[in-house]
Amino acid sequence: MNKPIRVVSVFCLLLFLALLLNATYLMYVRADDLSKDPRNRRIITATYSRERGAILVGKDAIARSVPSDDKYKFQRTYSEPFKYAPVTGYFAFFSQTGVERSQNSVLSGDDSRLFVTRLVDMLSNGDPKGGNVQLTLDAAAQTAAWDGLQALPGDAEGAVVALEPTTGRVLAMASTPTFDPNKLASHDFTAVAGLSKDLNDDPRDPLINRTIGTTLPPGSTFKLVTAAAAIESGDYDADSQVPGGYRFKLPQSSDTIGNYDGGNCGGARITLTQALQVSCNVTFLTLANELGNDAMAEQAEKFGFNDTSLEDLGGQATSLYPRDMDAPQTAMSGIGQSSVTATPLQMAMVAAAIANDGDVMRPYVVDEVRAPNLSVLDQTDTQSISKAISSTTADELTKMMVATVADGTASPAQIPGVDVAGKTGTAQSSGDRPPYAWFVSFAPADDPQVAVAVLVESSDTSPDEIGGGVLGGPIAKSVMEAVINQ
Amino acid sequence: MSQNGTLMGFVHRRRRGAELFLLVLALAVGIGAYAAVGLGVEGSVPADLVAYGGWLTALIVASHVTVRLVAPYADPVLLPLVAALNGLGLAVLHRLDLTYEAIGNDQHTFARQQLIWMTLGVVLFVATMFLLRDHRSLQRLTYTSGLAGIVLLVLPFLPVIGSAKNGAKIWIYIAGFSFQPGEVAKVLLVIAFSGYLVLHRDALALAGRRVVFVDLPRGRDLGPILAMFGISMMILVLQNDLGSSLLFFGLFLVMLYVATERPGWLVVGGLLFAAGALAAYTFVGNVQNRFNFWLHPLDYYDQTPGSGQLVEAMFGMGWGGLIGRGLGNGFPERVPFAYSDFILSTIGEELGLTAVMAIVLCYGLIVERALRIALISRDGFGKLMAVGLAAIFALQVFVVIGGVTGLIPLTGLTTPFLSYGGSSLVANWVVIALLLRISDQARRPAPRLDPVDDGAADSEHTQVVKLR
Repeated sequence: MNKPIRVVSVFCLLLFLALLLNATYLMYVRADDLSKDPRNRRIITATYSRERGAILVGKDAIARSVPSDDKYKFQRTYSEPFKYAPVTGYFAFFSQTGVERSQNSVLSGDDSRLFVTRLVDMLSNGDPKGGNVQLTLDAAAQTAAWDGLQALPGDAEGAVVALEPTTGRVLAMASTPTFDPNKLASHDFTAVAGLSKDLNDDPRDPLINRTIGTTLPPGSTFKLVTAAAAIESGDYDADSQVPGGYRFKLPQSSDTIGNYDGGNCGGARITLTQALQVSCNVTFLTLANELGNDAMAEQAEKFGFNDTSLEDLGGQATSLYPRDMDAPQTAMSGIGQSSVTATPLQMAMVAAAIANDGDVMRPYVVDEVRAPNLSVLDQTDTQSISKAISSTTADELTKMMVATVADGTASPAQIPGVDVAGKTGTAQSSGDRPPYAWFVSFAPADDPQVAVAVLVESSDTSPDEIGGGVLGGPIAKSVMEAVINQ
Repeated sequence: MSQNGTLMGFVHRRRRGAELFLLVLALAVGIGAYAAVGLGVEGSVPADLVAYGGWLTALIVASHVTVRLVAPYADPVLLPLVAALNGLGLAVLHRLDLTYEAIGNDQHTFARQQLIWMTLGVVLFVATMFLLRDHRSLQRLTYTSGLAGIVLLVLPFLPVIGSAKNGAKIWIYIAGFSFQPGEVAKVLLVIAFSGYLVLHRDALALAGRRVVFVDLPRGRDLGPILAMFGISMMILVLQNDLGSSLLFFGLFLVMLYVATERPGWLVVGGLLFAAGALAAYTFVGNVQNRFNFWLHPLDYYDQTPGSGQLVEAMFGMGWGGLIGRGLGNGFPERVPFAYSDFILSTIGEELGLTAVMAIVLCYGLIVERALRIALISRDGFGKLMAVGLAAIFALQVFVVIGGVTGLIPLTGLTTPFLSYGGSSLVANWVVIALLLRISDQARRPAPRLDPVDDGAADSEHTQVVKLR
């Protein structure tokens, strides 16, 4: 009977070998995949119970973990919750948003760049700690942006984003209405669930970061792109004579479109500078119609349309310039209407590119990743995405925008002693909603330090061109001042 | 039938000192793990560590002394393996108790009860060793134990005492005590199969005809295998218990194959079981569910019935990784029945792949030692019994660990010596006693063959010999 016993032995050996191999496959090879499953509550609880790293603006921790008495050991707190909520996002048990989400691996301590720290923690038997994230935000600029939005009439919805033109650093990113991440980070999960439902059901969408998550027709601020395309075509400069007049007749249609104030922009032939100064619809409808869909789309895409650029913060909506618009739609797109939509960040990138000699820099909010002991582990490199316009074109556009602030519709953004370049905008989205007021600008014009885009919707927005300047201009001005005066 | 021990003039050493040394290591595992649970969960060494450790040591010493007294030549590795597994199982149950108590679970004295069961197991182990001086005397009980085994298997179907738990009818309740008769039945069936097969092996082996290189058995010899197949299918369909069904039929097939040395039986039996399993898959919804949960566990996570238990176990073991989270730092309470069928997921989560591998190797060594005993055993009955007990162990471990780690569809079986469960623990201690008894017989120096006629040294003659 020994031969079959030996066969049985080999069979048993195979059974146990299969068990060992399968256990290795499950617990070593597949372990990462299983950890990434969103239903894996162990991972959630573990990261939730850890001393998470801080999110820093300047030297201040705007989000940090403090010891708590309950079973989760640490409580996430936000020192200025509303002001920074669109950037920090929230850190709740079941979900995270904003930087809390995009930088989760660093903050929770799982990132490979924190390997040495983790090893030391393990050997010294200490609890693992998360790394810190230093944001690019400028506290003064953010405060100016937030205060400006708060000063708007009660039901206003708005967003402000400021960029450093030469690098793409996001200096301010504020949105209203917003939410209190402290309440969502509470360990009282029932209350959190209720609040979360309320926030999600709120028609004013307080959870959305409007600077990157809302796309709306950019209105007259898009005339900058139209002007850029016109000058890039080689047929125009700031002093070129362009058609003005009362009305523009759309191609393939009997409809005509006039100017906001019903005037003629100062004559039948005006300079391109004057056209931008008074935000002359007729001029830019004509230009867009003349340039055509391809040239306009190409220019828009060079500025960043039809793509997303922000990599270290989630929730960026794509700003659109459709490539399949017919002639009337293309003409309308010249004044930022029809199917063109943009986020405030996109319009800030347009202003920043003009300020930066035509170079579009990739926007970013995370400046540095730091170990728990604050030593710098990684720094974000600035990156040029595209060359939107030549530096000559940029100079021409800057001249025109300075004139628009000095002696045009964008005058509310004037700063004494500093040349400011800017452009207003007002756009209709749908009939029953109030129009949106836009404002984009940068300063100082000769050595740009900051580019700003402001978007405001409120019942007080007048449907005329000046609306953008009145509501958005002062906010943009205070943000620019906050940066320049440092 | 060979007589390796004496043919090569080789005499096994007793190796009781080696056993003692290994037992000290095993105790270090058990008591060390108990202390680690206290440190990990409560932050201090458990207050009753000395009493607990003392009791565990007393049980182990008692079994060791018994072996020294009545089975001095027994295999020296089996007992330490069992002691290590049982000690680790107790510590893990204690760790689960602390969490169950903290979250307000009614049942949180699994370790305490398991220690009582272990004590009973060791008492039965000692009793078996003392009372059963020669395993061959069990051969007389072939039909008695066969009948008893079948009765035990049927008990859970009976009204009043039978009871279904989690869909499987494998429990009986008498006077407040629950009892899993299948665990005892499997030992009785091994004895019955051994006794039956050792008598009828020639008939089963020699008669039959050859079809395409495979010797198929005679039609009339198919009787026992069909009967066993019937019983297995009955367990599967009526008790809803795929694991036990596979275990009993697999056990029978392995023993039949070893007794007859004819792979043809494996072919016939394998086909029968495949057909039965296919029929069960087609007609029994439960079996289909388990098959689907096995193939796509993550898809059924949130459903009822679903694979939540399996997926939580997989999450836990994946999270444990190579070295585990440490005792007390995991969430084993997220896995239902972590104290019984799924105890390995707790171990994987908190002690990691390292411990899982160590445990699988311990089981592998137990099977290896049992098969080695079968190889060197001098009598057919002992060989068959050792093979049967080894097969039970190997199949049960493969089915339960394979199920928990997702290698094969999940079926309910206890993890020997680790899972909470009195019937299983006590039965397995008796299995070890039987194996040690057979190995003592096998390794003991062969009795001198004394010719009746002292003067005649001529071995050419046919001699009447007697065992001295």
